[in-house]
Amino acid sequence: MEISGSALFVKALKEEGVDTVFAYPGGNNTDLLDELYKNPEIRVILPRHEQALIHEAEGYAEATNKPGVCLVTSGPGATNTVTGIADAHYDSVPLVIFTGQVSRPLIGNDAFQEVDIIGMTRQIVKFGSTVREREKLAERIKMAFHIANTGKKGPVILDIPKDVQTEMGASDYPKEIHMRSYRPPEGVHVGQLKKAFSLLQSAKKPLILSGHGVMMSGAEDILKAFAETMKIPVVTTILGNGAIPVGSPSFVGNAGMHGRYAANMAITHCDVLFSIGTRFNDRITGELSDFAKNAKIIHVDVDTASISRNVVVDIPVVADAKTALEKLQEWAKEPEGASLKELDDWRNTIASWEKEHPLSLSVKEGVDPKKVMEGIDEVFPDCIVTLDVGQHQMWATQFLPVKRERPVISSGGLGTMGFGFPAAIGAKAACPEKKVLAITGDGGFQMNMQEMATAVVSGLPVTVIILNNGYLGMVRQMQELFYDKRYEATSLCDEKGAYVPDFVKWAESYGVPALRVEEEKDIESALCKARESDGPFVIEFMIPSEINVLPMVKSGTPIDQMILE
Amino acid sequence: MAGKMKKRWIALYTENEVGVLSKVSGLFSAKSYNLNSLTVGTTEHPDISRMTISVESDDVTFEQIKKQFNSMVEIIKVIDLTNVPIHMKEVLFAKIKQIGPEEKAEVFRIAETFSVKPVDIGTDAIILESTLTERKNDELVSILRKSFKHIDVTRGGAVAVEGISTSCR
Ligand SMILES: Cc1ncc(C[n+]2csc(CCOP(=O)(O)OP(=O)(O)O)c2C)c(N)n1
Ligand SMILES: [Mg+2]
Repeated sequence: MEISGSALFVKALKEEGVDTVFAYPGGNNTDLLDELYKNPEIRVILPRHEQALIHEAEGYAEATNKPGVCLVTSGPGATNTVTGIADAHYDSVPLVIFTGQVSRPLIGNDAFQEVDIIGMTRQIVKFGSTVREREKLAERIKMAFHIANTGKKGPVILDIPKDVQTEMGASDYPKEIHMRSYRPPEGVHVGQLKKAFSLLQSAKKPLILSGHGVMMSGAEDILKAFAETMKIPVVTTILGNGAIPVGSPSFVGNAGMHGRYAANMAITHCDVLFSIGTRFNDRITGELSDFAKNAKIIHVDVDTASISRNVVVDIPVVADAKTALEKLQEWAKEPEGASLKELDDWRNTIASWEKEHPLSLSVKEGVDPKKVMEGIDEVFPDCIVTLDVGQHQMWATQFLPVKRERPVISSGGLGTMGFGFPAAIGAKAACPEKKVLAITGDGGFQMNMQEMATAVVSGLPVTVIILNNGYLGMVRQMQELFYDKRYEATSLCDEKGAYVPDFVKWAESYGVPALRVEEEKDIESALCKARESDGPFVIEFMIPSEINVLPMVKSGTPIDQMILE
Repeated sequence: MAGKMKKRWIALYTENEVGVLSKVSGLFSAKSYNLNSLTVGTTEHPDISRMTISVESDDVTFEQIKKQFNSMVEIIKVIDLTNVPIHMKEVLFAKIKQIGPEEKAEVFRIAETFSVKPVDIGTDAIILESTLTERKNDELVSILRKSFKHIDVTRGGAVAVEGISTSCR
C-alpha cells in the first residue's frame, strides 16, 4: 500500500522508538504535524521559540541517551534553530532535526520562507540533507538516526520539501542501514592501548584527565575502578565533572580556566597525562605551549579528528571511552613497592596543593552562592540539574558535587546563554518522575524565559533557581579585572538601579509560585518549598552584585598561573 | 614541531551528492586551511565522485585535514598522494594577445620546448593548450609572463591517479 511522505515520517519515528517530538508549526510542516495528530502515542511538545526547542531536545537527549527529535518549519523556523544546533554539535548531543522546506519546484526561487538551511548549517551538523526524492525518504530518516546516535554523536538535519511530505510512495522502513562512507570506530587497537598502559604503569606522577566522552559512553564506574586500582588521580573538564565521585581517593576536581588550583598544578607537573573523551579545548589548556609541559600525553577519543589537533599527543588511541577503559581494567594491577611509594608522594603533593588553595568564595552581604549550592546539595540529593552559562554555572560546578543520582547538564563547548531553562524542561519531559532543577543567571534566564509557558501548559514542572547579581556577571568580572571596572553593557538594572523585570510578579503571571530570597537564613526553607511543590517553581536568590569566580586563568596564560584572590 | 609548509596532495572518494563539494571546500575556509586547487569528477560508479585536492600546509595541519575528511560522513575514502607514485596532469589554456610576427615565433619556440600545442591562432593572438603536470604548468606560465605583456591563463586544477610502476608529478 502506498502512503504519503508524512505518514512514512511518523511510521519511521515509531520504528525508531521515538516517544516525544519537540515541534513548532508553520506553513511547510503542517502535513507532518497532521500525521502526528493522528498518532497520539507520540507526544508533541510545543515550545515558545525554536531556539529553546532545540535546547529542550538536548536536555531530553542528555537525560535519556536517546536522540532528541525536533520538527520546525522552513525559513525563520529553521534559522531560529541554528544556535541550538551549534550547541549540540559542540557537545556531541544526538539530535534529529526535521525542517519543512518549500515544495521542490519553488526551491531556489526565493520563495516565501525559503532558506537553504542545509547550506547554512553544514559546518555545525554531523550530517545534513534535503530529501529531494520521496523514494529516498525512508532511507534518509534511517540514516539520520543512525548517524546522530553512533560514534561521536551529534545533530543531524533533514530538510523535507512540502511536496515530498504529501507525495505517495512505498511504506517500507528499513530495519538497518549500511553506509559505505560512514563507519564509526568499533573496538580498540589493543597494541596502542597496551603501549598507553605501560606508559601509565611506569609513570611516577600519572594523571587522568576525564571529559564528556566518559559520561556519554557511561564509563564512570569503570573509570573509577581503573583509577582507584592503579591509584591514579583524576581531574575533570566541566562536562566530565562527576566522572569520579567526590569521596573517591582519586578525586582531584575540575581543571581549566576556573578549575581548582590543585587540578591545574597536577596537569602542569604530571609526567604522564592520560586524557580520555576530551578535545583539549582552550578553556582546559590555557596557553598551549605550557600545557602539561612535563608530561607524555596519551589521548583516547572516538573522534580521530580530535586527536593531536590542539595538543600533540604521544600515544593516540581511537576508541570509545568505555571500550578502552574496560580493556585497561583487565590489565590493571595495584601498585606496590617503590612505585606505590612514588604514587603516594604524588597524591600527597596534590593534596597539599588543595590545602594551599582550596576553592572558596567570600561574601560579606547578601546571599552567598556557595551556601545556595550547599542548600541544593542537601535538599535535592537526587534530581537532574541543568546549568546556564556564566558565573552561576562556575559556582555550581565548583560547589555542587555531581553524583550518579544528580547528573548535571550544561552547555560546555559553545557556552550558550539561554540553554539552562529549556534544557531542564526537556529533561523533565524525558524523566517525569525526577525533580529537575535549572540553575541560571538573571541574564541567561531572560534569553529563554518565554518557555515558562511551555513548562506550565505542557505540564513539565521544573524548579528555576535564579542567581540574581543584576549583571551579566561573567563579563562584568572581566571588566572588573582587566578593564578597570568599565562596566559597559553589563548592568541589567535601570538607571535608578532597580531590577527589571520583577521575576516574582512575572512568575505569578504564569500562575507559578515564586520566592525572592535576600537572606542566607531563608535559603533552605525556600528550597524545601520548591521541593514540595509539584508545579513549576521559581526562586530568585539575591546574590552580591560584584563577586568573582576564582580561581581564574586569564585567557592565553598558562593554567598554573592562576588569579587566586 | 609543525614541520615546514609544503605542497601536498589528497584524493577523495565521496558520495556523488548535492552539497558534498560545498562541505569539502567549506572545511578549508572554516578551519583556515590553505587550498591550492580542487577538481572533481565522477568515477566508473555514477554515484561516486573523486576529488583531487592540493593544499599548502605543514605536517600537523595536513594530518588534521586528512582526519577531518576521514570523519566526514559523506566521504568514502581519503588517499594521501603526497608520497606515493602518481600520474598527475592539469589542463591549462594560455591566450597570448597583441603579438607581432616575432613574438609569435617566440610562442612557437616555447610551445615546442614544453611540448604544448597551439590550438587556435589569429592575426595577433595564439591559444596554447597544455596538459602537463601542475609544476610544469607553473614554469610555463612564468616564462609566458616574462616574455609577453598580454596573456590570459585558464587553469583547470590537477587531476591525479595512483601510479602502477611509474610516477609523474
Ligand atoms: C548567547 C550568548 N551571548 C553572550 C554570551 C557571553 N556571556 C557569557 S557569560 C555572560 C553573562 C551571563 O550573565 P548571567 O546570565 O546573569 O549570569 P552570571 O554570570 O551573572 O551568573 C555573557 C554575556 C554567551 N555566552 N552566550
Ligand atoms: Mg547575572
